[in-house]
Amino acid sequence: MSAKESTRVEYGKTLAQLGAENPNIVVLDADLSGSTQTHHFAKIFKDRFFNVGIAEQDLMGTAAGLALGGKIPFASTFAMFATGRAWEQIRQTIAYGNLNVKIVASHGGVTVGEDGGSHQAVEDLALMRILPNLVVLAPADGPETRAMTRWAAGYHGPVYMRTGRLALPVIYDDSYVFELGQGSLLREGGDVTLMGIGIMVQACLDAAAGLAQEGIEARVLNLGCLKPLDWELVVDSARRTGAVVTAEEHMVTGGLGSAVSEILGEHCPAPLKRIGLRDTFGMSGKPEALLKHYGLTAEDIKQAAYKVIARKASHLASPVMDLKAPSLAGR
Amino acid sequence: MDILNHNEEYEKEINAIPDHHHLKEIARQVRLDIIEMLFRAGSGHLGGSLSATDILVALFFGEMRAHAGDPCWIDRDRFILSKGHGAPAYYAVLARLGYFPREELLSLRQFGSILQGHPDSGCTPGVEIPTGSLGQGLSIANGLALAARLNGHGSRIYALLGDGEVQEGQIWEAAMTAAHYGLDNLVAILDRNRLQIDGHTAEVMSIEPINDKWKAFGWHTLEVDGHDIPQLLEAFTACKGVKGQPSMIIAHTVKGKGVSIFEGQKKYHGTAPNPEEYQQALKELGG
Repeated sequence: MSAKESTRVEYGKTLAQLGAENPNIVVLDADLSGSTQTHHFAKIFKDRFFNVGIAEQDLMGTAAGLALGGKIPFASTFAMFATGRAWEQIRQTIAYGNLNVKIVASHGGVTVGEDGGSHQAVEDLALMRILPNLVVLAPADGPETRAMTRWAAGYHGPVYMRTGRLALPVIYDDSYVFELGQGSLLREGGDVTLMGIGIMVQACLDAAAGLAQEGIEARVLNLGCLKPLDWELVVDSARRTGAVVTAEEHMVTGGLGSAVSEILGEHCPAPLKRIGLRDTFGMSGKPEALLKHYGLTAEDIKQAAYKVIARKASHLASPVMDLKAPSLAGR
Repeated sequence: MDILNHNEEYEKEINAIPDHHHLKEIARQVRLDIIEMLFRAGSGHLGGSLSATDILVALFFGEMRAHAGDPCWIDRDRFILSKGHGAPAYYAVLARLGYFPREELLSLRQFGSILQGHPDSGCTPGVEIPTGSLGQGLSIANGLALAARLNGHGSRIYALLGDGEVQEGQIWEAAMTAAHYGLDNLVAILDRNRLQIDGHTAEVMSIEPINDKWKAFGWHTLEVDGHDIPQLLEAFTACKGVKGQPSMIIAHTVKGKGVSIFEGQKKYHGTAPNPEEYQQALKELGG
């Protein structure tokens, strides 16, 4: 297996490269530049890096003002504080004002580990997904992080991107190009579709490999662009395989599982299981132990796949198909 | 026309010495607009619009380098109405400057209007950013001031804060940031009308000693009569001489200023005039 890469580190390094390419890029942090990895940029571009101290609400407002002044601000802190503490600033100023602010928040999910439930954002994607104008991203590996960061710098509008603490296996090669609203098909298969986001994409691939040994062919999607979601790929995959498992390091409410349920419920009902946290907060522990505790492993995805495949037989008639495009707001 | 000629033309325009009597007359007309707008709308924030009127007129007609004919001029001075509920006064001023036709004022708060209940940059020409949720404008002004510095522009950034608004914690986060980065191109003005929705600021949540607080946070502070246009203009000029720190102008005002029955009355924070009050207001303002 190739070397592992952490999404937060790849973000930080890409940001430093972008800083050299585009003098309009500015970076803000709230006293976590070592953790969010904005320190790479800060070291080189001292006059374009602004630490606002431990003040996330001010972080978002200051970023908004810099965007209004023609800059391309990347504002970083932990996902919990960015989307929780400063949700209203993001809502009122950045999203409502449709400003060119990139919020890149690290330490998403339970793999934050030892810091415990207070620092593990398991609802950030939900909090961001409901906001109009905002694009919501969660990369699955290093190359996707680099591609999404570069894309965000060139896109005019507000973006939220979640990065994580763990080093992850590399899925894509460096030719990967991110396109807004596009999911990617990572593995073809006709029995079930495994739809992942963030660190759970690799878990979906591992589950598919395990299922294949038992003669079950799983289709695997990376839906790292959560909003706007690639609804056509979601509906088409459900239609082709007739059974779906979603997997996210997040509550099953409000994130990918919800988004897929909403689309399939309206356009192509199919047996579905959502892998994620269920109405609970995180806790301290080693990331691996936490992933196991919350049912976020490849094995959990496999078990869910068996269940939805079994339900296919009893699923009355064939799935109802309605390929009419939902509105953009519904994506 | 190239940018330089542009600038010179604007400079000429704004360097003309403002006629105080003329500005006072504009303020009277803006107050009449506010009464008309709120009466027609049947709702809106009366008291805080009338308390902020002279500040806005002094700023937009006597100080700021901006031009309705070129609202995206990169080097313009910027204004953030952090107390977004003062929108009626803001809209009346923008209309008189030519950002949009004055007839639009009569559609305030109505379905489909370009004039939302609180400022929305997506709808209203001349409005920089949505505001209305209190406490957020000073951070935005800080960002603009940092951007202006990076861009090497001479533009100055103004933010109008309500006195109740400084009860929001984010204001003090922003106060620290502005001082930390030495934002001497930033001027905040506090509309110190001493009333908020539930009553006197001293009763609801005391903000005093407000001057000392801003000073302690590293700001240069001034106090003026917020209804005295020459004093306001002098203060704006004085702030330009301040180096290395942001300026706070504490403008002492009267909520509902200009109409005796509204002055100092908390019930007119968010209430439109009834027909009798409307007639009385027109009479007092010479409408």
